[in-house]
Amino acid sequence: MIFGRLTLESFPLHEPILLVTFAAVVLGGIGVVGALTYFRLWGYLWREWFTSVDHKKIGIMYMVLGLVMLLRGFADAIMMRLQQAMAFNGSEGYLTAHHYDQVFTAHGVIMIFFVAMPMVTGLMNFVVPLQIGARDVSFPFLNNFSFWMTTAGAVLVMMSLFVGEFARTGWLAYPPLSGIGYSPDVGVDYYIWALQVAGIGTLLSGINLVCTIVKMRAPGMTMMKMPVFTWTSLCTNVLIVAAFPVLTAVLALLSLDRYVGTNFFTNDFGGSPMMYVNLIWIWGHPEVYILILPAFGIFSEVTSTFSGKRLFGYTSMVYATVVITILSYLVWLHHFFTMGSGASVNSFFGITTMIISIPTGAKIFNWLFTMYRGRIRFELPMMWTLAFMLTFTVGGMTGVLLAVPPADFVLHNSLFLVAHFHNVIIGGVLFGLFAGIVYWWPKAFGFKLDPFWGKLSFWFWVVGFWFAFMPLYILGLMGVTRRMRVFDDPSLQIWFVIAGFGAVLILLGIVSFLVQIGVSILRRDKLRETTGDPWDGRTLEWATASPPPVYNFAFTPVIHDNDAWADMKRRGYQRPLDGYRPIHMPSNTPTGIILAGLSMAVAFGLIWYMWWLAALGFVALLVVTIAHTFNYHRDFHIPVEEVVRTEAERTRLLAGAGA
Amino acid sequence: MTTADIAARHDAEAANAETVFYLKDEHDHPEGSSTALGFWIYLMSDCLIFAMLFAIYGVLGANYAAGPSPKDLFELPLVALNTTMLLLSSITYGFAMLTMEKGRVAATQIWLAVTGLFGLAFLSIELYEFHHLIEIGATPQRSAFLSAFFTLVGTHGLHVTFGTIWLVTLMVQVAKHGLIAANRRRLMCLSMFWHFLDVVWIGVFTFVYLTGMLR
Repeated sequence: MIFGRLTLESFPLHEPILLVTFAAVVLGGIGVVGALTYFRLWGYLWREWFTSVDHKKIGIMYMVLGLVMLLRGFADAIMMRLQQAMAFNGSEGYLTAHHYDQVFTAHGVIMIFFVAMPMVTGLMNFVVPLQIGARDVSFPFLNNFSFWMTTAGAVLVMMSLFVGEFARTGWLAYPPLSGIGYSPDVGVDYYIWALQVAGIGTLLSGINLVCTIVKMRAPGMTMMKMPVFTWTSLCTNVLIVAAFPVLTAVLALLSLDRYVGTNFFTNDFGGSPMMYVNLIWIWGHPEVYILILPAFGIFSEVTSTFSGKRLFGYTSMVYATVVITILSYLVWLHHFFTMGSGASVNSFFGITTMIISIPTGAKIFNWLFTMYRGRIRFELPMMWTLAFMLTFTVGGMTGVLLAVPPADFVLHNSLFLVAHFHNVIIGGVLFGLFAGIVYWWPKAFGFKLDPFWGKLSFWFWVVGFWFAFMPLYILGLMGVTRRMRVFDDPSLQIWFVIAGFGAVLILLGIVSFLVQIGVSILRRDKLRETTGDPWDGRTLEWATASPPPVYNFAFTPVIHDNDAWADMKRRGYQRPLDGYRPIHMPSNTPTGIILAGLSMAVAFGLIWYMWWLAALGFVALLVVTIAHTFNYHRDFHIPVEEVVRTEAERTRLLAGAGA
Repeated sequence: MTTADIAARHDAEAANAETVFYLKDEHDHPEGSSTALGFWIYLMSDCLIFAMLFAIYGVLGANYAAGPSPKDLFELPLVALNTTMLLLSSITYGFAMLTMEKGRVAATQIWLAVTGLFGLAFLSIELYEFHHLIEIGATPQRSAFLSAFFTLVGTHGLHVTFGTIWLVTLMVQVAKHGLIAANRRRLMCLSMFWHFLDVVWIGVFTFVYLTGMLR
């Protein structure tokens, strides 16, 4: 009764790999907790970070979450590469089918939902309010709550590693395999509730950022004067608002099938598993554009900054983004041409898919023309951008190839497809995130990242990517399907070994990236930049200090041109030195983290059939939410003395920098 | 920074007077200025969930699996009564908003209470209908049609339930603080939510009940 279906057997004590991992996590966890306690950092973390409603701090926390989960997701990846490189000539490899199936499911779920999404959201959170000259987002408390919901989802996925198991269904959990009949264990339930909890966070943060961009722009910034990254963020968040409810609904129906015994996606009593596939991809295809559009925005900012030029074809860039936003809703069926919708339907979706390459191609040309006759500085963000253009174009072309239904019938479910989407997600989203991290790091922390380790990471990643995924294209063309654990044909092995070698290079890339962060923090005094504008930037975020004060801008900026900061510099803008006023800001609150914790308890109760826990948690959620609405005083004014002090410090720094 | 420096700066600014790069006079974003837009966007995302449930009902609504069909189950007089309750609750909420505009706290509270009662009446009739259906064996597990029916109508009912809880919360807050700006904003949001549920119900009534009797 008390523990539901949670028994001692639920703990994977018989899996040596998991036991060792668990031991490492426990030791690491004790180390971190011990260090935090020793240095008395708990109070600081709680007051300054966990309960903070500052969009900059929340953005940074999203990035930390994404980075931690990247390590987990990559651990899954390299395990799969090793297994597939080994399992030839009668060898079973080292992973059981039970374990291997969880690994590939977890890899996909984690990389999309808990690496790419938090990092994209984190960058948008950090950058957008600064770029539009706002002091915070429209709903600062919701922002904090969204972050913690995403984190709660990530914790649930991590929990499944040591308590019970994760889904063995592939990252989209198609029924009937994910139905209660074929997946009676907790794996699919972990999947459902982790995504539901995180999905609420994503939806709310989407609404929040749309409102922020629509309502909080500084005076003078008309829609067509917004920075391109803000434009792509707007489109991405519109997509989030229009796509995530579909995921919420479809997962709710799957859970009704599993918990209540309804017949939405069952094989009998009139259910239709094919409807699940349709619905989940109506969310799933916009999702890939949710991830890539902000990356396009980052590349636009980086290209124009490091070419020292205004972006070529701003208007066409904006329209291309909007067209992609709309088209992303009209292509979902290309994920299952082989399901049998008929020639006309397949043709329609094949053609819409191919059309998407037109606005995307326009963007590539815009970046190239921006570089043309620019004074290009090959610093790290620009290097990532160039690597993106070369890599992503290949991925785009294989995408168009897959969009041709007859070709898709051959390549469907093959490693060619796996190579394609890694090609666009790593070559597009991830490279974009790295470019963005290096580009905005000095804004967030006041010192640049060490370029040597950054370049090392860059080369390991790029070369590693090509080694890891080109063999998969070849294998896919030869007909090898995805998600295989063992192979019969020994002639294939060499390709898997090469791919494994690529994964090792990527591992070195990740290690170099972590070393880069560590080294940069140690040498922060040498890498310090005091101007607030280390790259000769063009948009508003570079107009304020690095790191920006809590209130971002002492005075609300007025915008006359796109590339507002470049315009201000050109026309001899003088930083105001007096006349400060108290600044109205939102107060911190612990409600977000409490609500997310309770949601996690509800989810855990539902996963393990501990109904009392779920019910108790739900009632507590209601009570805390209602209690929160009784607090009418959620803001305060930063006293003018503090503003004067902060701005005087900046004046001193600027004078020291010789500006 | 001496006063002379500052004066020199002011001269430079004056020369550049036609282009202003920042606002000297601070304007606070009025509290809750984004709330109406934010709530609209939330409502539209919720609308999308209902759209999905309608679409699913459209696809699965005729899959009876040799079980009962709408004609065997639906009682239009009961549904008509139910619909009346919800539509009346929308009208009374409208009255509550009108009295709120005039700043009459007591009248607003009364109309809100009446709205809540109509909401409860609606929920009770719906629960009675569900109970009756389950008793005669038309359970959500019986067929895909019934799964889709219970989920669509039940999700709407769940929304009304939360709306009612919200309504009671707001009545307490109005009693505590009166019709202050924050409370007016909250009442406005609930008003949009309540009318939205009404619109969805008209869809349910037409698409599920009336069309169901026809096929």
